[in-house]
This record gives sequence, structure tokens and C-alpha cells, in this order.
Amino acid sequence: MNRYPPWANILVALVILGGVLFALPNVFGDDPALQITREDGSPVTAMTVPGIIAALDEGEIEFVEAALDDQAALVRFPDVASQLRASEVLGEALPFHIIALTLAPRTPAWLRFIGLEPMSLGLDLRGGVHFLYQVDLESALDQLVQTYAQDLRTRLREETIRNTGVEIAGGDTIQFGVQDAARMDEAEQIIRILDPLLVVNRTTVDGQPGFQVQLSPMQVTERQNFAIQQNTITLRNRVNELGVAEPVVQRQGLNRIVVQLPGVQDPSQAERILGATATLEFRLVDSENDAFEAARNNRPPLGSLLRFQRDGTPVLLRRDMIVSGDQLTDASFGYSQGQPAVFVRLNSQGASRMLETTQANLRRPMAVLFIEEKPELVERDGEQVLRNTREETVISVATIQGVFSSNFQITGLTPFEGQDLALMLRAGALATPILKVEERTIGPSLGQDNIDRGRTAVLTGFLLVVLFMAFYYRVFGLTADLALLANLVLIVALLSMLQASLTLPGIAGIVLTVGMAVDANVLIFERIREELRNGNSPQASIRAGYEKAFSTIADANITTLIAASVLWVFGTGPIRGFATTLGLGIMTSMFTAIIGTRVVVNLVYGSRQVERLAIGGSRA
Amino acid sequence: MLSPTLNIDFMGKRRIALVLSAVVVLVSLGSLVTRGLNFGLDFTGGDLLEIAYAGEADLADIRAALTEEGFDNPVVQNFGTVSDVLVRLPPQEVTEGGETRDRVIAALQARDPSMELRRFEFVGPQVGEELTEQGGLAMLIALILIFIYVMLRFRWKFAAGTISALVHDVIVVIGFFSIFGVGFDLTILAAILATIGYSLNDTIVVFDRIRENFRVIRRGTAEEIINASINQMLGRTMITSATTLLVLLCLFLLGGETVSGFALALIVGVFVGTYSSIYIASAAALALNVSPADLIPPKREEIDDLP
Repeated sequence: MNRYPPWANILVALVILGGVLFALPNVFGDDPALQITREDGSPVTAMTVPGIIAALDEGEIEFVEAALDDQAALVRFPDVASQLRASEVLGEALPFHIIALTLAPRTPAWLRFIGLEPMSLGLDLRGGVHFLYQVDLESALDQLVQTYAQDLRTRLREETIRNTGVEIAGGDTIQFGVQDAARMDEAEQIIRILDPLLVVNRTTVDGQPGFQVQLSPMQVTERQNFAIQQNTITLRNRVNELGVAEPVVQRQGLNRIVVQLPGVQDPSQAERILGATATLEFRLVDSENDAFEAARNNRPPLGSLLRFQRDGTPVLLRRDMIVSGDQLTDASFGYSQGQPAVFVRLNSQGASRMLETTQANLRRPMAVLFIEEKPELVERDGEQVLRNTREETVISVATIQGVFSSNFQITGLTPFEGQDLALMLRAGALATPILKVEERTIGPSLGQDNIDRGRTAVLTGFLLVVLFMAFYYRVFGLTADLALLANLVLIVALLSMLQASLTLPGIAGIVLTVGMAVDANVLIFERIREELRNGNSPQASIRAGYEKAFSTIADANITTLIAASVLWVFGTGPIRGFATTLGLGIMTSMFTAIIGTRVVVNLVYGSRQVERLAIGGSRA
Repeated sequence: MLSPTLNIDFMGKRRIALVLSAVVVLVSLGSLVTRGLNFGLDFTGGDLLEIAYAGEADLADIRAALTEEGFDNPVVQNFGTVSDVLVRLPPQEVTEGGETRDRVIAALQARDPSMELRRFEFVGPQVGEELTEQGGLAMLIALILIFIYVMLRFRWKFAAGTISALVHDVIVVIGFFSIFGVGFDLTILAAILATIGYSLNDTIVVFDRIRENFRVIRRGTAEEIINASINQMLGRTMITSATTLLVLLCLFLLGGETVSGFALALIVGVFVGTYSSIYIASAAALALNVSPADLIPPKREEIDDLP
């Protein structure tokens, strides 16, 4: 007799039922949809929905449903064409809103209510843009060392300690010599007070006793982490401004940030906004000196900067800045008297500076300087290093007509630039330059193709294996087929539960699992056949087959799991997707192939006298 | 149907197999040294565009358009169908990939507005280098971990047999890609690691039976016992290889161009892995004079060793 205790049967049934439940949300498919949020981050209210419906009706665009979904409005469409048209129409109809293309799952409400969701699809299946940015940690450190050097210079001057000059001696080392050897202790004290974490060494500089000051390893790590975190936050803000549903912005490894934008179809725009660092500075114009003269000699007078307008006209600017971009609290784009304009608001500190300046300088010209930094690879000591090139352009020179403080507008930009600038001012600046080191853009049609191909490959492979097993192992083959089906359901259920994104390599992992999962059953069934050949009774053969094959199956699967884990640990993106499904598949297959089939076999043969088993093979 | 009473003298032919393996490994290594691998974008860095046209794509015209635009040595080829084109460009001086993308699209769109960008990939040189290092490291670590596991379960002679089989598999599969110049990208590397897993699976199953037979059949030489074990497991080996190959063929034929290389690597891997678990792993163990004492797990053996 071969019987499992009732609890084992119940356990298997429960696991399978749970699997079916968790896998269920995946059978309903998606609608192309638009997610509408407000630019300022406040929630969309029910008041917006009638406006959306009216705009869509006016544009004669078909839609399935328009409703509130959490903090956003969600509009579903029957096809991608109407989704794209609606995106344009709504973009015009709803100013101050962000409209993002997305896929909305058709999961019924009761499933969503209990928190069940379909698998999330990777970019290669749903289309979108993947960027990998490298943060220039070296320049983050440089900035810090510069600050310390500057502070040291000031402090030494204040204490009148005469020195050979505070210099940065390559890397993160600052050094200087002290002319009066008696004041060495005092100088050291200054450094220690500046930051007790700095590593201080006494040495000889230019024949004088002096100091070598270095960042401690802790400061280095802290600074690097800060640079990455700050950039991650800025990138996240910018992504939010772009209007993308379910974006991913996260750190990867020591100095990389990965940005994934599902559904984005214009990588150029996304890239321009993510990677750029644009900011503004407001300065008074130096009208006492001749700018053209200065431009001819390329020598601006003391206290002034020489800059150029778009058309090449030179302008002299006062060295003292009134307000810079980081004192802006808000910026939006619009039109003022037919001209594209960026409306800005300053924080209180900036506002009071602006108030003072405008009061004191009525009828004098003020300039807006547009600063753009672009990362660039340059050759240094035979190595490629990331450096920023800075472009400064005067975008407008206007006479101060009245006193103003926190709110004003800037003109002199094209509509295109105005929109981007407003967005970047809102999202904040990048602390350290970043360089794109990888991009993968997948068009929406390729994504759908990949889904279709993946599905065909899985289903065809599954069907062939099912037929093969049924033909070769008869009734036992059918139990293996049931196990295989249960295995597929469990993999899908686990992927939905973990919300790990499914990618094309992930599908390949599932296909491979389908082929390899039957191995456990093959081992068991071959063993049973062998036992039968050796003259054992059917019941004893079943028992022996399952028992003796177990350690072999475990060994074989553990080694494959080792390979999958190594892939998971070392791989990123596609490789990790493959490793995930392969690893999950192996684990679920152990359960379904060993325990699952045993339950079925016991139910079929377990409680009766059996003369022969339908397991195929010549003498069975 | 496979006859259950098969008794093929696998080990008797191991010298022929050894020569065959040696030749294949040497050819693979030779090709790797002289021809190298046709590394994909993941490793070399550069730009790749997949473009779909409404009708048949004119490759020569696309090439001309790109050269005119200042891109030297563009690789332009059909991808799956006559209307799909794959363009590959070596790493550009301006390393910001976005500009390249926009320029290529503008140039091609000017010639034929029906084009649609299906995929664009840019990999910077920094990433490529790193991936190559990481890939090699992953392979090494996988082999070491597996060696340790097999050591713990089977003692060192079998671990040595297993590892020599795996190294053989890796060399031959990579050699296959080198000899036929098939593109070698990140997914192929994953496939090779999966092959390691698969081949190992096969080897372990055979070893498990050898160990069992050493215990059960007390008579007979090591060679006879190994032969018997391989024959007993032959049915299982064939069936599992068959089902795995079935699904891999589906993936190769139906999965689209993106995964076909991956499927191909695994198909080669399944063949090589099956062969190696019989001839390399078992023969290596035999060559190391494997005896029952080498198989029984350490705990048991310690007791046996007591005077």
C-alpha cells in the first residue's frame, strides 16, 4: 500500500490552490492607458475626470474607462493608437498636469482588493528606456578637498600664520609649509578644529616644515555616498517631472545609478532632462566699461566677467552674484505677452537679496545667465576621465523697471528651452557630474513581439514535453504532466508574489525549467521500471523508486541551484532575470515532481492491489 | 524504446573518446587564440540599433547613409527577416550614446521615412570591460563552489572528474562560438553557466549510481562497475536530454533572434554535457584509480579507516 497521510495531500492541494490564486491576475491582460498626475505633486481630484472625458469626446477618441486611481487619474484605451492620440489631446487640454503612458492591468477589483497583482514585465517586454549613469566620484572628492583648502587658507590668514601657500598636491592631499617653525602647533590646531577627521602628517614642504592633510577613508566613503544619494534624489525628481508610470531609479554597485523608464518612447528627451545640469544666475550688468573693448582684448576689467549673448554680443557682468539657481523654490513655464517665459519664485534669502538689489539699482540693467554643464570624457594621463564643460550664456538683459523680490519672470528662451529649464530648476541640480555608460531602448512593438514569441516558445515547448512524457511513461507520464503544469503555475505565482520583473531571458529560464523539471520524474520512473524488472511488486517498486531517486534528484538540483545563484549574484539585468526564473523553477519543480506526483500516483495506485503499472517500457 | 538490458562498453572506448575530446578541445583553444570570439556589444561597447522597415530593407543604401554621416565601418545586416535590420557601430569618440542614436535615426529617416526604431543599445567602454571581468569571475566562482560541493558529497577524485568535465564543456561551447563566429554576448555567458549546471546534473546522476553500485556490487573491477552504472542511467540521460533539447529547439526556432544565440549555446551545451558526463567525468575518475573508498561519504570512510 502506498498512502500519504491526509495532511500531505491537503498540503499539496493548498499549495496548488494558492499558486492558482496568485497566478490568476496574469490571465486578464492589460489595457494601454494614460496616467495623469499634477505637476506640483498634489493629488488629482474627482473634479479633473469630467474635464478629461470632455476633452476625449471632443477629440473623438475612444476610451474604455476614465477614473480616479489613488492619487492619479487613469484612462484606459482599447488600443495603442487612441492612447497616443489621447496623450497629445490631453497634454493640451490639461496644463500643469503630467501625462504618462502606461499599461493598466485588467485585474478584476476583488483580486486587486486582496492585494494580488500580475507579474511586472521587464523593459524588453513592455518597451521603454534603460539608462545606466556613472557618477564622477573623483570630482565629488575634488570639490570637498577644494573647500577644505579654501577654508584653511582663510583660517591661516585670519591667524596670520605665514605659509608657503595651501596647495592641492594631487588627489585628496592638501599641503603647505609654515614659515615660522614655532607656530607649527598652532597651525596643526587650526587643521584639527577645521575637521577632526582629517588625517594630518608633519612633513617638509619646499624646504620648510609643514603639513600634509588628507581625507580619512571614512570621509571619502561618506562623501562618495553623499554624492550618489544626492544624485539619485535629483534623478528621481527629474523622472517624476518627466511623467513616467512605475519608474525605477536606484543605485547599482559603487558608483552607478540605474534609471528605468517603462513606456517612454522618446529617449532623447528623457536623456536631455536626466543628464543635463542647467541653472540660472542673476547678475547686474557692468555698464560703466565697454564690453566690446573687453571682448577685443579678451580682458574684462577688474570685478567684472565677460560673457556673451546668444547672438555673440559681449556683455560685462558684475562679479558679485545677486541670486543663483539653488535659491529658486519653484519654476514653471508659460507665456508672457506672447513670449515664452519661465516664472520663478525665490526662497526668502534670495528674495531679500533681490529686493535690496532692485531697490538700489532701479533703471539699471540686470542680466540672466544661463549655465549648462555637460559631462565629457577627456584624456588625462592616458586615462579617460569624466569632466564637466561649462557653458554660460546671457539669455536676457533687461532694465530693472520696478522693485521685486520673490516672484518674477524670465524671457529670452525658446519654448523648448523654457520648458526644460523650468523642469530642471524644479527638480534640483546634480551634485556631481554623471555620464551615461549604458542605454537600452526598446520600442513598444518589439516588446509586444517579445511577449508573443516568449509565450509561443513556452507553450509549444510545454506541449511537446507533455506529449512526450505521456507517450513514454503512460499513466505515470500523465502525472508528471500534471506536475509540470502545476510547476508553471507556481513559477508564475511566485513571480507575481515577488513582483520580480519578467524579462525575455527570464522566459528562457522558464522554458529551460520546463525541459529540466521532468528530469526528477524521469529519474523516479526509470527507477520504478528498474525495480519492476528486478521482480519487485508494483507497490514496492513505487516506494523504492521514489525513495532511491531522492538523493540523486537533490544532488542534481542543488548543483544547478549553485549555478543559478552565482548567476544571480554576479549578473545584472537580463542575466539576473534568467537566474531568478531558473532558480525558482528548480525549487518549485522539486516540490511538484517529487511530492506532487507521489500524491497523484498514490491516489491512482496506492490503495488497491495492482498487477501491473502503466509506466511504459518493454517489460513493465 | 531503449532496451533496459543495454550493455555498451563505454569505458573500453574511453581512449578513443579521450583522443576525440583532446582534438576538439585543442581545435577550440586554437580557434580561440587565432580567431577569438565575435564579442557582442555587451563586451566591446558601442552602439546597436534594430530597425524595422515597411518593405525590404536596402542594406547597401543604409550603409552608404551611415558612412556619409561619418560613421566608419558600420556593420549592417538583416535581423530575422528581410525588412528588419541590425546596425552596429564601434564605440564613438563622443561617448554619449544619445547623440549617435539621434544622428543615425535622422540619417536613415531622411532616406526612408517608413523606418521604425525597435531597439537601441549603447554600452560604454567602462561597462564592457567590467562585464568581461565579472563574467570570467562568475565562471570561476561557479566552478569552485561546485568543486567544493562535489568534494563534500563524493570525495576529491570524483570532484576532479566533475571539474575536468565542466572545464571541457566550457571550452568546447566557447570554441563552438569562436569557430562559427556566432555573436557572443551576455546571454551566451548565462547559457554557458546554465550548461555547467546541466552537465553537472548529468555527471552527478551517473556518479550517484556508481557510488551505489560500488556498495551493492562488491565484485567486479571499477571499470565494470562504472560501465554498468552508465548503462543503467543511459535511459534517463537520453530522456532528459531529449525533453531539454525539445524545449530548447522551440526557444531557438520560436523565441526570436534575441534569444536564438542563447538557445544555440544551450543546445550545444546539452550535447557536450551529456557526452562529457560519460567520457570525461567517469574516465577521469577511473584514471585517478577510483575505488569504493573514494565514494563512500567521508563519515563512513573515517570509520572504515580505523585500524
